[in-house]
Order: sequence, then C-alpha cells, then structure tokens
Amino acid sequence: MTLEHQIDGPEDEGFARPDGNGPLGADLERRDGAAKVCGAARYAAEHHPDGMLHGVLVRAPGLGPVRLVNADEITAIPGVRRVFHDARMIRNAAQGGAGKAPVQGVKAAAYVGQPVALVVAEDFATACEAANRLRVEADGADLPVHPKAGEPDPDKTKDKTTGDFDTAFSEAAVTLDVTYTTPAMVSAAMEPHAAVAEWDGERLTLHGALQMLRDNKAELADCLGLAEDKVRVLSPFIGGGFGSKLGISADCVAAALAAMELGCPVRVVQSRRQVFEVNTRRTETSQRIRLAADRDGRLTAIGHSARVSNLPDESFSEPVLQGTAFTYAAPNRLLHSELVRIHRPAAGSVRAPGEAVGVTTFEAAMDELANEAGIDPVELRLRNLPEVEPGSGRPFSSHRLAECLTEGRDRFGWDGRSPEPRQRREGEWWIGTGMAAAVRVNMVSDAEARVTLTPDGRALVESDMTDIGTGSYTIFGQIAAEALGLSPDDIDVVLGDTDLPPGSGSGGSVGAASTGTAVWLACEEIRRAIAGRMECAPGNLTMAEGHATCGNDRRVLQDVLSGQPLKGHGKLAPGAAMKKVRQATWGAVFAEVAVSDVTGETRVRRMQGTFAAGRILNQRTARSQAQGGMAWGLGLALTEALVHDRRDGHAVNRDLAEYHVPVNADVPHLDVRLLDEPDDWAGPLGAKGIGELGICGSGSAILNAIHHACGVRIRDLPATPDRVLAGLA
Amino acid sequence: MMPFDYHRPDSAAAACERGHGAPNSAFIAGGTNLLDLMKLGVMTPETVIDVSRLGLDGIEEQGEGLSIGATVPNADLADDPRVRARWPLLSRALLSGASGQLRNMATTAGNLLQRTRCPYFQDTDTPCNKREPGSGCSALGGEMRNHAIFGTSEHCVALHPSDMAVAMRALDAEVEICDPDGKTRCLDLDQFYREPGDTPHIETRLDPGDLVTAVRLPAPRGDRQVYRKVRDRASYAFALVSVAAVLRMQDGKIESAALAFGGVGTKPWRDLEVDLLLQGERPSDALFDKAGETLTQGAETHEGTAFKVPLVKRVLKAVLTEATQ
Repeated sequence: MTLEHQIDGPEDEGFARPDGNGPLGADLERRDGAAKVCGAARYAAEHHPDGMLHGVLVRAPGLGPVRLVNADEITAIPGVRRVFHDARMIRNAAQGGAGKAPVQGVKAAAYVGQPVALVVAEDFATACEAANRLRVEADGADLPVHPKAGEPDPDKTKDKTTGDFDTAFSEAAVTLDVTYTTPAMVSAAMEPHAAVAEWDGERLTLHGALQMLRDNKAELADCLGLAEDKVRVLSPFIGGGFGSKLGISADCVAAALAAMELGCPVRVVQSRRQVFEVNTRRTETSQRIRLAADRDGRLTAIGHSARVSNLPDESFSEPVLQGTAFTYAAPNRLLHSELVRIHRPAAGSVRAPGEAVGVTTFEAAMDELANEAGIDPVELRLRNLPEVEPGSGRPFSSHRLAECLTEGRDRFGWDGRSPEPRQRREGEWWIGTGMAAAVRVNMVSDAEARVTLTPDGRALVESDMTDIGTGSYTIFGQIAAEALGLSPDDIDVVLGDTDLPPGSGSGGSVGAASTGTAVWLACEEIRRAIAGRMECAPGNLTMAEGHATCGNDRRVLQDVLSGQPLKGHGKLAPGAAMKKVRQATWGAVFAEVAVSDVTGETRVRRMQGTFAAGRILNQRTARSQAQGGMAWGLGLALTEALVHDRRDGHAVNRDLAEYHVPVNADVPHLDVRLLDEPDDWAGPLGAKGIGELGICGSGSAILNAIHHACGVRIRDLPATPDRVLAGLA
Repeated sequence: MMPFDYHRPDSAAAACERGHGAPNSAFIAGGTNLLDLMKLGVMTPETVIDVSRLGLDGIEEQGEGLSIGATVPNADLADDPRVRARWPLLSRALLSGASGQLRNMATTAGNLLQRTRCPYFQDTDTPCNKREPGSGCSALGGEMRNHAIFGTSEHCVALHPSDMAVAMRALDAEVEICDPDGKTRCLDLDQFYREPGDTPHIETRLDPGDLVTAVRLPAPRGDRQVYRKVRDRASYAFALVSVAAVLRMQDGKIESAALAFGGVGTKPWRDLEVDLLLQGERPSDALFDKAGETLTQGAETHEGTAFKVPLVKRVLKAVLTEATQ
C-alpha cells in the first residue's frame, strides 16, 4: 500500500502533525558524522571491487573536430587495456533533473576541456601516464567564447511586463540605473566526481558521487541504451555537491561503458582540474537594474534585465530574475532575460541558481536607491513589501520578510547607524555595515520513502534520497521518531540506493522537506494500520515512548506488531498549492566589514542572518546550512571567480589554489537566528527548503557594507582588493 | 605521472654526482611543488633524487648569522626562536605563505626553487616558453593577474611566487651551493635568480648537479622589520603584492634600508635605488612617495596587472611608515 498525497492547500486528509514536543526540530548532531570523520563512511571512489581497472579522462585541448593522434601507441603501453573514444561519452554533466542523456559524442569539442577519450589501465599510475601521453588534436573552430560575442537564443528570451515602466521611470522623483556583473563560478565541492562501475552481463551497478539518484539512473540508462531496471546507482555518502553533482557526470558514463566493454569493474575519478571544467559552472551574468521611487522611497517601477550564457543545446538558463519577481511591490515592472550561446564549459545549477546572483545584485541596487532617496536601507525595504505577489496577484503562503528584517536589525544592532559612508575608521581600516534581504522560491518535488516498523519496536527508513552533507540521515530519523513515538536512536536510515523508493534527491533545497514529507506519509500509513488494529480512528491514536494508545487502550508496539513487520510507503507530489500561492523562504542578512585604505582588502568582521523557512526540522543542521550559505555569500562578494581565457574560453584557474573559495580565516562569527513556524501550505510537516537561502543576499550585505565603510560601490563582482582600490584611489 | 628512477643518495656529494650524471633529473625534498607539477605533466624528470635525508635539516649559528639547512621545513624555520627574535621578517613571510600542512612539508631550498603559478605554465595544453622553450607565451594576450611587472620580457611574464624568498632578499641572504666537483660556492639571491630574457626556462644560476645545501643569513642590518602581504583572501593565496622591509633608524633618520618586493617580479624583487634614496633621509610622506615612484618607473604592466603599480606604492608607503615610527 502507498499513502499518496499532493499538496493542494493547507488542508490535508487528517494527517497527524508534529506537536512541537518531540524529537523533530531538536538540535541533534549528524548521525553519519562519526563515520565520516573516522573514515568509515565509504565514498564512491573508495569502492575497490576485485579486478578493478582505472580509467582517466582526457580533454580536448582546443575547439572543433578532434582526433586521437597516437591511440595505438598508447594502447600498446604495458598495463593499458584500452583507449575509448566512444560516441556514448557525454559532453558535460547532465542538467539537474534532466532524467535523460545530455549531449553525447567525442568527435568534436564544443568547449576546450571537453572529455573526448578515456584511457583504461590496470593501475592508476599507468592510466595517468598513458592519459598524459595521449595526444589529442583539435582542428580549432571560430566559435564565440565571450558572452559579448554570443548570439541570444530566441527560445530563451523572456519578457514579463506589468504597467508602463518607461513612463513611471521617466516621471519618478528618484531613479537608479546601474549595471552589475557577476563572474562564472563553480561548486568547488571537496570530493571530486568519481564512479566505480560494475557490469555482471545484465545489470550495471554504479557507485557515484551524485545528488539525484532517481534522475541519475534514468540518465545513465539513456546514455548507454539500457533499460532503467538494468541500472542501479548507489551514492550513500557525498563530499559536497552544491549543484555540480545533480546530473550524471562524465566519469560515470565513461566508467560504465568501459566496464561493459571490458567485463571488469572500472573506476574513473575526475582530476581536480576536470572537476572545474567538465561539470556545470554558474554562468557569468550581466544585469541592468533600474529602480524608480517616489520621495518616500516607495517603488513605482522595477526594471531588471539579465544576460546569461550556456553552451548550445543546454536547456538550463540561470533564472536570475526569480527573486525580483516577488520581493518588492511596484506597479510598473519590466523583467527581461536572455541567454547567449557560447563555447565555454556548460552552465548549470550552482548554489541557489537564480537568487544567488539575482538577489545579490538587486539588493545592492536597493542599497544604492536607499542612499539616493536618503532612507534607511531596512526602512526602504519595509516600505516596499508587497501584500500579494506582484504581477500574478497570488497570495503568499506565508510572508516573514518584515519580521526577518526587523528582528535581524535588532539582533545585529543596526539602529544608530550613520547613513553616510566613511564615518568610522580604525587605523588604516574603514569600518562599515550593510544589510540585504534574502529570498528564495520554495519548491516541492516528487518523493517516495518506505518505513518499516520491525517486530522489535525499531523502525527502518529507506529511500534513494541522498545526504550531501546536509543532514538527511539525521532529519529522517527525527521525522520517523516523531511520527512513531520512538527515539531517533530507534530509527535506522538507509539512503542513496536506487533499489529503494525514489526520493526527491538533493537539489533546489527540496530534499529535507519533500522526502521528509514522504517519510512522514509512510509513518502515517503505519499509524493508520495500527489504529485499525486497535479499532480506533487514526486521529485518536497517540504514539509515544514505544507505545500506541487509543483512549484507555495502551499497548507496547511489539504487541501490536505480534512478530510481523509493518510497512508504510509514502508518496508526495507537488499539487495545486504551487499555483494557488507564492511560496518562498525569507531572510535578512547584516554584515560589518573593515576595508583597508591602503590595500583595498576587505575583512568581514561579523554577520547576522535571520531566516524563515517554515518548520525547522533540526536546529543544528538548519543553522549549519544557513551558515554555509552565508560563507558562500562571502565568496560571491569577495573572492570567487572562474576565469575564462578570452581567446578559447577554457577555464584558466581550475584548481582550489587559484579559484578562491573563502577559507576559515575569511569567515567571521556567523550569527544565525531561525524563525521557526510551520507553513501550512507546505504539507503536514510545514517545512520548506533552507539549504540555499543563506547565499541569496548575504553577499550583498557585504558589498553594501563596503560602500558604507569606504564609499566605494563595487558593481563588478567579486570585490577583490584591486577593484576596491580603484575606487579608493 | 611519468615513470622515473628514484635515488636516495647518502651524501650531498653523491646527490650532486647523481644529478650531474642524469641530464633530466630533479632533486626532491618536501615535494609540495614538484609532485604536483609531475602529476600535471608540467615537469617530467626521468630521475628523481631524494635529498630529504642528507642531514641538511639543521639551523646553525654562524658568527652573527645563521646557516639554514636546505631541507629545514618552512614550519620549523618560522618557529625557530632565533629567527623569531632577530629575523622576525622571515618568520612573518613564511607564515603568510601556503597552509600549515604545506609548510610542514615544504623546505627552504624547495621554497626558493618553487615554480611560477602562471596558469599557462601549469597547463600543458597551452604554449609556454618556460615549459617548452620557443613555443610562445600564452599569458601575453591571455588572462593576466598574478603576473610580474618587473623583470619581464616579451617571452615571459611569469611571477616568482615565494614569500620566503622576498624576506630573504631583504635580509641579504646567500645561497650555499655544492657542485659535482665537491666545491662549495655562495650566491646572493640577486645573482642566484635570473630574469627570463629569451631563456625563461632557465631560472637560476644552478648548473646540472648543483645542489643547494643551505641559505646563509647574515646578522640583520636593521631591527625594524616588516613584512606585509596583500592577497585575494585572508589565507592560502599567493601575494598580489608583498613588501619586505629591514630598516635601521638613527637620530630620527633612516640609517639603512633594505626593501624587497613580492608579487611583482619575475624574481624576488629588489631595487637598490630605492634603498639608497631612503638612506640618510628623514621619514616623510613625500620621501615614501618618491620611493614608490622610483620603484615603479620601469614597471611593464598589462590590463590585468596595472593595479599592481598603485598597490605596491601604497603598501610600500604604509610599510615604510610603520617601520620608521
């Protein structure tokens, strides 16, 4: 049996709801933490089946038609088993949620760095050396590699107009017309993409580093021409994904086809440099923001246009304007986005695609408007919050932005701040504060989970859902414990195996809420069965401390089960709620920075983030997600930029020494406050996604603080010392 | 990585002899740079000679100065109480480089001899005169940022990335070299490093089989020592610009000044004209500005490196201000 539910509104079919007194929401440490730090958690590349061969991917050094010059010579190296130049190999990782093969083929390189061969040898060193010696020639091709040279794709141009923007803009008391740019970025997860493939003649088993197994199974099957039931993908532990492991990656497909051809298990681990170029990057963006307001700072017009890029034949277009669409009220609106086709490594989802760059720039523009209008930046935002979603007129499922702004303001100690920049100095350091709103759309995904109550009174939760370090294992244990009246220690959680019911996967911040709700539904089914056995209405059943109670009938679970396991299967689907209301998560971020008047270096001194994302399922893992997002915001504002060569578009700084993610020394105390309140439109748990909210605006708080500190407005991110210095000089 | 022969000789002389006899050889100690470059196929030595166990890991007092063994780990050198007391500049410079793990492995001589971080040098799919003489320079006309503005040529703009060597340059350090004939010679860092010219692949005056055995640090010529490094993030990043200063003050005047610069030169940079200009003068903003002008008058900049001129001037001024107060 399966209990299916789709979220159509705040009502449901009488499901139990968490009462706030159980283990759900508690500050519990990650149940997989100890295994990870002591090395007991096995990641994809740590599987070593007998007879395993080692494959190394080889890149195209240029654009256009590609030839392997000395494949025969390489194949003859002792220990080398084969050089694959196989049409099934993929050009780049699949987009998140694709569920089908990405562009395949090796005969021509669409971008420099495209994997075009796989060298397989008996040991890793031989494979590496052979791969280094394999000569690949690319004919070269005159293809656009710079966004300014690319042609907009007419199918990807979007306009959304409300009212009369031009008139409102020309007649406004206060206006702003600025262009911001953000650079290409990468996920930069610690664990490189890796795959170990085994083929038993009928079925493929792949240990991979992947975020969305349900889709990855379908993608891999499609790449190889296999039926989906002939493919099993496992990914129980993942060393970070941040979007780069959403779709099936080049290592997986190459390892799989090599294993099938050679009849031996094959491992392929991407080198760090490959991680930076054969998976998906975040597009660079160019964004023109125009704002018009009356004397009181009430917005009369919002214009936001964005240009992004991607390779030909990639469906993904960074949804830069996603947050702009609903954050602030203004009767006249002009939203325009376009995508140009260029030949840099493929673009895809990286850490809050859309809002991370769209909200960051927009919130910086709002700070500029606050300055122009002479209004406190918090107050400016409070004055412009919409009653309903602008444009559509839909109500919000819950709207907590005002509360985040005011609570954050108090907690940070914002009041009394001088509106003028360059007011506070400590030695050579200018000190300033800045703030930004944070918003992120909330999404729901199809998700299934199975829960088994075992005769000994324990429970087992199973799904192919992944835990990319976010806390899925821990949270599902808490959800099942809450629903079944058990301790989280009584729950076993098994994830990351496509032989289990398909969960949502980890992406778009949907994992905990969507698959978590499926777990809740599975438990609900068990509760109903128990109520049936005890001949009472499910609503009258109480499960606590290992007992089921209906009125005066209190039984220990083992007695209810009488030696047989009891299974529940939950299945969640997005429903009409997505259309009826605008559902989002909310936040406000405040930052204090010091900017050196000598060097232009910025040091963030403290940050405060106040966030509302529905019910908080685990205080610790939620806080950790928010802090991680704020640290990424710091990287977005100050340090991160993937540089592409202007001549051939290749990723230049493709390692962790030269691509600068923030290090410990960059990240100050990150104070996080979570406004914990169930969103009734988010299903029986009332939980929404929190994984990506922290990055949506936090970088802007830093940029705005830089301006407040030293008067320099950085519109081309990141705010590296040379750029700040150019403004100081 | 390419297969290679590995040798672990038991004396410096044997190491030199081995290196002399193997034309395409490399010494290895900490391996923090060489192994990375070998994995990338950037360096492809056929013979690797391990010099990590030759007893070159001691720090000895030598008159008023120190002799620092070639294989003293950077972490140990930074932590040495004598260094911290009398050559704090060196300690500061070391601690501003790399990461704790790298400093535990990286050695004195290895640090001096580390290769450039120019991304095109590290990418065997792009031409590079340093890696493949005569193939061309991809940085010119490409993406330049961490590149040199001093000592460049039309063939190479690669930066020397060391922090330690910049401090040593300001401290008048000398490199002690053992050659295959068993002779020992010393070169100061200016002589030791070569500018790229039309042979950017030849970076030092070391001949085949020459082994750096120590760095000699004379008594410090000034008690006011400052190292300041500007970088893109607070730790684990190479210098955009760094300035090392060793000054002595007498009666409110600068008695002597030795300044060296990182992040700007094809070798750890020093400009004696700048030192001389300061000597005997009373500290002033005008003097410091003039020092910056003098330093940068010959700078060769490109779109991505132009910022280094104002930056190095500002940092120099701040460092001189701090050192003379």
